Amino acid sequence: MIMKISDLKYIYNPNTPFEKKALDNINVEIDRGEFIGLIGHTGSGKSTLVQHLNRLMKPTSGTILIDGIDINEKETDLKSIRQKVGLVFQYPEHQLFEETIYKDIAFGPKNLDLSEEEIEERVRDSMELVGLDYDTLKDRSPFELSGGQKRRVAIAGVVAMKPDILILDEPTAGLDPRGRDEILGEIQDLYKKNDITIILVSHSMEDIARLVDRILVMHKGKISMDDTTVEVFKRVDELKNMGLGVPQITEFMRAFHKKGNKVKETVLTVEEGRDEILKYLRSKSDA
Amino acid sequence: MLKDITIGQYFPGDSIIHRLDPRIKLIIVFLFIGSLFFINNFIPYAFILAFILLIIKISGVPLSFIVKGLKPLVFIILITFSINIFLTAGEVILTIGPLTVTKEGLYFAFFMGIRLVFLITGTSLLTLTTSPIALTDGIEDLLKPFKKIGLPSHELAMMMTIALRFIPTLLEETDKIMKAQMARGADFESGNLLRRAKNLVPLLVPLFINAFRRAEELATAMEARCYRGGDDRTSLNELRMDRKDIVILFGSLVFFGLIISSRFVMDGI
Repeated sequence: MIMKISDLKYIYNPNTPFEKKALDNINVEIDRGEFIGLIGHTGSGKSTLVQHLNRLMKPTSGTILIDGIDINEKETDLKSIRQKVGLVFQYPEHQLFEETIYKDIAFGPKNLDLSEEEIEERVRDSMELVGLDYDTLKDRSPFELSGGQKRRVAIAGVVAMKPDILILDEPTAGLDPRGRDEILGEIQDLYKKNDITIILVSHSMEDIARLVDRILVMHKGKISMDDTTVEVFKRVDELKNMGLGVPQITEFMRAFHKKGNKVKETVLTVEEGRDEILKYLRSKSDA
Repeated sequence: MLKDITIGQYFPGDSIIHRLDPRIKLIIVFLFIGSLFFINNFIPYAFILAFILLIIKISGVPLSFIVKGLKPLVFIILITFSINIFLTAGEVILTIGPLTVTKEGLYFAFFMGIRLVFLITGTSLLTLTTSPIALTDGIEDLLKPFKKIGLPSHELAMMMTIALRFIPTLLEETDKIMKAQMARGADFESGNLLRRAKNLVPLLVPLFINAFRRAEELATAMEARCYRGGDDRTSLNELRMDRKDIVILFGSLVFFGLIISSRFVMDGI
């Protein structure tokens, strides 16, 4: 187990008229190498939760263990937590500041006091991972790039710290379909090629369905569902009540099944749906 | 750390103080500030204290909120206090090394300390009980007479509204960028002064870039809705004074008139 969250609570502005319970008794265990999706309506507490995971926020009560170490203990080294748990914020391109792409990506590794050679290697590797060409781009200014490219630079800046757990908050928000597909593909690559645990926060059920194995659903500061992707997307009505939904293809296949067609009800991706329908049509024409 | 800043914050409510015409409130605050500088002994201070406590009570703003607003200024108050206590000439009552405390110094230090605390509480009560929009409407209206001598009162008020409107946005953004850089191992809290200043670069560069981007977007959005500035512009909520406002204004005029005249009637201790 790489992460264990127990009885986590967080209250915003306690004892004022603006008091708000943002996290309410969160209990989650995450194993090494899992790919987890975190979904929830705006204001459900997702962002608050992920900011607790690398001690950017401190809980009102409760504990978070990472590799068995309580991250909120005074003795725990802050830098090692930030290295272990990499967090990519929403619209991360808004945090770029250096003159060159190389320097910006090197910012994290430099803060970890690594050697120059090690930093260079990490910058090269992480640029490659997010699909940026090292030799042509390293000396360019990050501000000259397109939105999607800027975002890649920002993601590479966190990946270069070689985190054990990578948390991405809405990594595809505001991108065009192609940019979205590319970034998701790169995240999937990163997951396959490395021994890494990923938590993907997203509003897009399509993205979640395509990538993750397990879903955590947050609602009003609580974890209201915690199950495999297939199981969670079976609970369509509950999800809809929370202002969420299921992927369009899942919804379509469910409706198609209800009409009396013998297809699998729980389909998560368009490809899977296509195969399922083709199989069904063939079995019909054979009969 | 940033959430501790309460200067300029509005505390929503529906008290008589909240509903008072912002122009009246502005005038009262100016009278308040002015009269504080006329006071030359402790007795009128007691009346001012009673006045402030009364307003706090009526407005329903918790006392803890006001105290919290004073916190960031404790440093300034302490500096003034120690300068006064040690550097005023007069009858020596205590000597600590090279420093001497005089009777007059002690008196002065307390006097100035109290004046500062009153100044801050009085002005923060204005912003606590007046929404930024009402405040700028009030300022615009009070500045209107100066338009004749070329003061762009509407533009000034609009700039103030926008600035006030973006304080929370910028604070939020600062917080977000800080966290994003801290997630990459940035350290904003340790090291000497030079080092700390250097560490602010990853925060300030994105902050400025985003502020400029936001300003441009706002300008475009305003133009898209045909914003043309001051002349002949009407407003949704016209400021109107009713009898209650007039009574309160008159009462305050008398009160502060008495406070100011106390300087000339009573002799200092």
